[in-house]
Amino acid sequence: MHSTRYIFTFVLIMTSLVALVLALLSTGLKDIHKKNEAIFNKRAILSTVMKEEASTFEDDKIADVFNQKVKQYAINASGEIVDDAAVQAAGYKGGKAENIDMKKEVKKPVENQLMPLYVYENNGEKNYIVTVRGKGLWDEIWGNIALKSDLNTIVGVSFDHTGETPGLGAEIKDNPNFPKSFENEKIYNDEGEFVSVKVIKGGADPADQHGVDGITGATVTCDGVTAMMYKSIAKYEPYFQKIKGENSKPLGN
Amino acid sequence: MAEVAEKAVVEEKEPLFGSKERKLLTDPLNDNNPITVQVLGICSALAVTTLVSKAVVMSIAVVFVCAFANLFTSLLRNRIPKQVRMIVQLVIIATLVTVVELTLKAINYPIYKELSVFIGLIITNCIVMGRLEAFAMANRPWRSFLDGVGNGLGYGAILIIIAVIREFFGKGTIMDFGIIGAGSKFLINTETSWLFGWYAPNNLMVLFPSAMFVIAVIIWIQRSWNTKLVDIS
Repeated sequence: MHSTRYIFTFVLIMTSLVALVLALLSTGLKDIHKKNEAIFNKRAILSTVMKEEASTFEDDKIADVFNQKVKQYAINASGEIVDDAAVQAAGYKGGKAENIDMKKEVKKPVENQLMPLYVYENNGEKNYIVTVRGKGLWDEIWGNIALKSDLNTIVGVSFDHTGETPGLGAEIKDNPNFPKSFENEKIYNDEGEFVSVKVIKGGADPADQHGVDGITGATVTCDGVTAMMYKSIAKYEPYFQKIKGENSKPLGN
Repeated sequence: MAEVAEKAVVEEKEPLFGSKERKLLTDPLNDNNPITVQVLGICSALAVTTLVSKAVVMSIAVVFVCAFANLFTSLLRNRIPKQVRMIVQLVIIATLVTVVELTLKAINYPIYKELSVFIGLIITNCIVMGRLEAFAMANRPWRSFLDGVGNGLGYGAILIIIAVIREFFGKGTIMDFGIIGAGSKFLINTETSWLFGWYAPNNLMVLFPSAMFVIAVIIWIQRSWNTKLVDIS
């Protein structure tokens, strides 16, 4: 039997050593982690408009394509584009829209939030890509929604999550048919009112342009997607109204 | 002094790769397989076997964690206070798993994203903890290390077998290489082939219950061929 003093000393030395090793490793790899994460996010953003093509690109190519074809803006709650300094003032050193950490932003009061907006331009056709974030069953879910230049029709979406149940909630990302079902849905109704797109339990009417089929066994995650789509896209509404007002005809035509 | 002399005698009996050492490596592959015989680590066997690439990365991670957790525990076995030995073992496992997680995040981010929850769950993988308690606490470092490698490989072998079956029948690919399915990326394109036009991938194989069936069939085959594993009672 060891004495209490021995046990405490042993545990103390051991945990300090372990903490030191892990801290060193974590700081040492931080830059690589950040770079990987940025490329992963850019790939997710590009996949909403380029579909499968985006997954075939090498890492370096992703950064190139993103820089060439995508313009990024940071938008505030009243629909104005803010400059780099404002983004830096919010605590993001890079000062660009891609530096905005949505995880932190969604915790702020709505009027202080900044949102990234990505405009993808290809052959004169503009796509507006917005970022959405909300809660699933266990943890956060998020995604990117690409809209056509009419700011109404969805071109493509990509979803991701931290800890949804594999095979059930995680299907929002793992099952390619789920993001696909959002394509060509509309976020405004015929009266021009913002209605977003709902995930409907038991299946949506194919004629319904504002509803997609839910996933069996993942009702809470699907409701989370519905709420996330509505809340997050609504934050871009002031900006959409503004650019719609500036051009009487739809943008990009 | 007496103790030192005694140790020297024992070490002579412990060659680098004697029959006992080889047995430590090969036993978990068949006679004492962690999944099919001890029925440990089933949860991750269900979860990460949809794709061969995931199963391979998971296997490498488990071999690494199992081997080094065994090694470090064995090195410290005479110093670990008996009252807190479980916690100390957990700290060792958790540290190694975090090292694996951080490294994988730097090397292959997409795979890390796919596996992340399950890499973390190696901490609670019964195989690792079981080997530390049952073997490493009572054996010398080198043997413990081999025992860890052996058990990791035994786990990995079954994982990869299940993954090959599930990926092939579920998606028609192996390691993302298309073999049979609809589309030009497959070796046998069911859209144009006159012989295999009837073939459709089995969606059940992508879902988790299929891993249960596959494991059961593997256990069945293993026991009908290795009859000493059959429970006579």
